[in-house]
Amino acid sequence: MNPISRFLIGLQEIGSLIGRMLRGLTKKPRYFGEIVAQMDSIGVGSLAIVILTGFFTGGVLILQAYPTLQYYGAQSNAGQGVATSLIRELGPVLTALMVAGRVGSAISAELGSMVVSQQIDAMRALGTSPVRKLVTPRVIALVVTLPLLTVAGDMFGLFGGGIVALQIYGLDSNVYISSVRAGVDYQDLLGGILKPMIFGLIIGLVACHRGLHTTGGTVGVGRSTTDAVVVASITVIIADFFLSKLLQGFFSSTMF
Amino acid sequence: MSVTVDTTNGNVQDHSMADGGSIGSINNLRSIPAIEFRDVELAFDDQVILDRVSFTVRRGETKIVLGGSGSGKSTIINLVLGLIKPDAGEILVDGESIIGLDDQELMRVRKKIGMVFQEGALFDSLSVFENVAYRLTEEGVDEEEIEHEVERMLHFVDLSDAIDKMPVELSGGMRRRVGIARALVGNPSIVLFDEPTAGLDPPTARTICELAIKLRDLEDVSSIFVTHEMNNLEYLSSEYAIVDEKGHVHYESEGDTLCLINTEVIMLRDGEIIFSGTDEKLKAVNDSYIHKFIRGK
Repeated sequence: MNPISRFLIGLQEIGSLIGRMLRGLTKKPRYFGEIVAQMDSIGVGSLAIVILTGFFTGGVLILQAYPTLQYYGAQSNAGQGVATSLIRELGPVLTALMVAGRVGSAISAELGSMVVSQQIDAMRALGTSPVRKLVTPRVIALVVTLPLLTVAGDMFGLFGGGIVALQIYGLDSNVYISSVRAGVDYQDLLGGILKPMIFGLIIGLVACHRGLHTTGGTVGVGRSTTDAVVVASITVIIADFFLSKLLQGFFSSTMF
Repeated sequence: MSVTVDTTNGNVQDHSMADGGSIGSINNLRSIPAIEFRDVELAFDDQVILDRVSFTVRRGETKIVLGGSGSGKSTIINLVLGLIKPDAGEILVDGESIIGLDDQELMRVRKKIGMVFQEGALFDSLSVFENVAYRLTEEGVDEEEIEHEVERMLHFVDLSDAIDKMPVELSGGMRRRVGIARALVGNPSIVLFDEPTAGLDPPTARTICELAIKLRDLEDVSSIFVTHEMNNLEYLSSEYAIVDEKGHVHYESEGDTLCLINTEVIMLRDGEIIFSGTDEKLKAVNDSYIHKFIRGK
């Protein structure tokens, strides 16, 4: 099968997965307990790596940008630069990439292993829909927790930037904080929440789709896991561009 | 003198009398096959998997499906469960065609069927208790009832001590037996066995076959038993289970006084049925492939 056909079939399968997921949401059972367990595993479990990523990204932004800003005498705007970059772009994208690596791979490997050991078939044979029981809780958990993780990543990014600005460059903390506040508006905050929700949907769907379509035994599980991370990461980055453009157009037309 | 015993008929009469219903109407119900394949065809790309396969599994009957690897044996089971759909033909479960049923309707049909997978297919993250209780938990059955049913099923497969263990702590044979217990929860009228003895040592394989015999003779369960091991054929087609006065189950061999008629064999080769009948006829048939399959040379 050529790559274009494979891509189109993959898209069709993901579309069908969304359809079955949405249909499943309207009927019982809804597996709320499973959703909460997944939120704990995905959200709480990923908090540490997201905080570390955010903290050091904020730190390195100030580390690199401050000398240039100082050259132009604009060092008081350092916080603004970090806030804008983090909240608009780096926070959502880096958090999504971290989660795609940690959670996307885990979901794909778990579902893939269940496929090759016939656990998915067993589930269906026992009268349970794997989409409702396994896919829906994971996707919902990702859509809900990714924005929260992004907020945590952004906060620690700003904190990391502040530490570097204060400790290394001796910038006054009040100047940094007011600069951060000046650099953030409602559009940024709204965009910074909406984007991770879409990214969560992408990571969840891609990882579940790759996992459920695993073939070829344990080697296949490895392949699905790699595919899930690569495809989810690339799709997140591509989607980020189009979402940014869409949000830009939306905010300028509504003059938010 | 040869006396023909069909445990199925005995159960019908007892049941009808207990219920006070007419024997005729129940016999009518029993005349509907548990499973029926009518000219089923399936191909993946250019490869033919099943070619006009037709057979019937009567109530209380065990149909042993023999065949080499890749002959389409396991595909038959997946078709009965509706996990894959045939390209042509019809599949009936309890007289109802499952072709064209949507996922929701298939779930209803699947509740009548218990499935025993090759490696057990136990859920790794759940304990033995949770695995066996899975179907009832999903149906929202009362906890006390679940506990009672799980204990009953684990007793049936002689694994009461393993109730709190995780699947990873079980041997291959124990996993299969837990798989059988899980399949039997909810008292399905049909049980499908997909090579349940593959890779097991002979005594454990015999234990699995004894469970299948018990289900056939004491529980009136219809089943398809997919295998490529001749030992399984020998056990299933020549032994039967009886219960003594103390309630103990014994296995006896058919002989001059008794002949089993509730077990038949079909043999597949490259997706086609090349034999259908009793094990005696199978052994007597003049076909080099079947000879080679039975004797290994």
